[in-house]
Amino acid sequence: MQHPAFEEVTIHHHTDDATFKKKVKNTTILLSILTVVELAIGLLIYNMHKGEAPNELLVLMFKGMVCILTLAKAYYIVSVFMHLGDEIRNMIMTIVVPLLLFIWFIAAFIWDGNSYKNLRNKYDAHYKESTMPTKH
Amino acid sequence: MATTAAVQQTKWWTGGKSPFNLEYGKLMMWYFLMSDAFTFGAFLISYGTIRFSQNFWPDPNVVFNAFPGAGHANLPLAFVSVMTFILIISSVTMVLAVHAGHNNDKQGVIKWLFWTIVGGAAFLGCQAWEWHHLITGKHAILVNGQLDIVGQTTRINPWGDLASQADIATAIQNTPRETLVRLAEMGGHGHEGAAHTNFAALSNADLIKAIDVEGLHIRENGPVAFGGYFYGITGFHGFHVFSGVIINIIMLIMTQKDVFARRGHYLMIEKTGLYWHFVDLVWVFVFLCFYLI
Repeated sequence: MQHPAFEEVTIHHHTDDATFKKKVKNTTILLSILTVVELAIGLLIYNMHKGEAPNELLVLMFKGMVCILTLAKAYYIVSVFMHLGDEIRNMIMTIVVPLLLFIWFIAAFIWDGNSYKNLRNKYDAHYKESTMPTKH
Repeated sequence: MATTAAVQQTKWWTGGKSPFNLEYGKLMMWYFLMSDAFTFGAFLISYGTIRFSQNFWPDPNVVFNAFPGAGHANLPLAFVSVMTFILIISSVTMVLAVHAGHNNDKQGVIKWLFWTIVGGAAFLGCQAWEWHHLITGKHAILVNGQLDIVGQTTRINPWGDLASQADIATAIQNTPRETLVRLAEMGGHGHEGAAHTNFAALSNADLIKAIDVEGLHIRENGPVAFGGYFYGITGFHGFHVFSGVIINIIMLIMTQKDVFARRGHYLMIEKTGLYWHFVDLVWVFVFLCFYLI
C-alpha cells in the first residue's frame, strides 16, 4: 500500500545498490582529495608568509585556487549528496537562480570594504601609519 | 490508455500533479535551506567587507595552530582538517541512511543515523575544545602602551602585528607588577625551569630581566572584529550542527518506534538528510573563509 505523500512523486529514481555505492564512494574520495589539496595549498600559503618577502600576487592566486576548489566541493555535496542533480530542471532553477544574487552580493560588499580602506588611508595619514603592518 | 504512456507524457504544469515531482515538505526544506544559505552568506560577506576594510588581518595559520594534547606545538591547519573530515564522513553516513530509507531497510537507517549522530557530536566536541582553547589562551600583547596577557575574545584580539623591540622596552616599564610576574612565569619557549622560580619575590628590575621577551613573541592587539565574526559565525554553524544532531536523534527514535515503517516510507529521513548535508556545505565555506584564506 502506498502512502498519499508518495502520490506526489510520480517518477522514482531507481538506483541499484551497486551503482549507488560506487557513486557515493567516488564522491567521498573526490571530496577528500579536494580537501587534502586545499590543506596543501593552505600550508603552502603559510610557508610563503613565513618567508622574507611573500609574492603577494602568488599568494592571491593560491587563495583564488582554494576558493575554486571549495566551489567544486559545494557542487558535489549539493548535486550528489543532496540529490539536487536528480531533480527536475525547473525545480533546480528555483534554487539556483536566486543564488545568483550572491555574485552581486559578494562583489559589491568586498568592493565596498576595500574602497573604505583606500579612502581612509588616503585622507587619514595617522590611521594609515598606525595600522599598516611593518615589514619584518 | 496504457499507464506507461501516461508516465512518459506527464505534463507537470497542467494541474493535479506535483509540478516538481517532489513531496511538498521536501520542496519546502529546499527553500528553507536556500534562505539559510543567504543568512550564512550575509554573515560571511559582512566578515569579508570588514576584512577588506582593514590594513592588517591576522594570519589564520598563526591563530589556529593548536592540537589537543600537543601542548605548544605549532600545527597550523591540523585540528581543523580533523573537524572537516569528521563532517564529511558524517555526511556520507547520512547519505547511506537516506539510501537505506529508500529500501525500507529499518536496521540500515538506524545504523547509519547512529553513526551520523556520533559524527555530529564529535564535531561539536572539537568545536568546544577549540573555543575553550582560544578563549582561555594566554598571549602576551602590547596594548595601550603596556604589556598584557589576554585570550581571544569578542573584545580583544591578541594576533596583531609583531611588536617592535623598542616599543616593548618602553611598554615593559609601564606594565603593572602583577602582569610582570605572570609574564616571567610564562617564560616563553624553551624556558621550562621558569615555573620553579619564585618571581613574586623579585624586584621589578629583576623581573624585567627575567622575562623572555624574544620567546614570548609579543604582538600588538589585532582587529577587534575578528573575535565577534569568528565566534558569531562558527557559533551559528555550531548551533546548526547541534540542532541537526537533535533532529537526527528524534529521527532515530521515530525509526526505532516503527513510525516510518507504518507510514510506508522514510521521506522524513530524506528531509533531515538535506538539512544535515547543508550543515556540511556551510562548513566548507566557513573552513574556507576563516581557516584557509
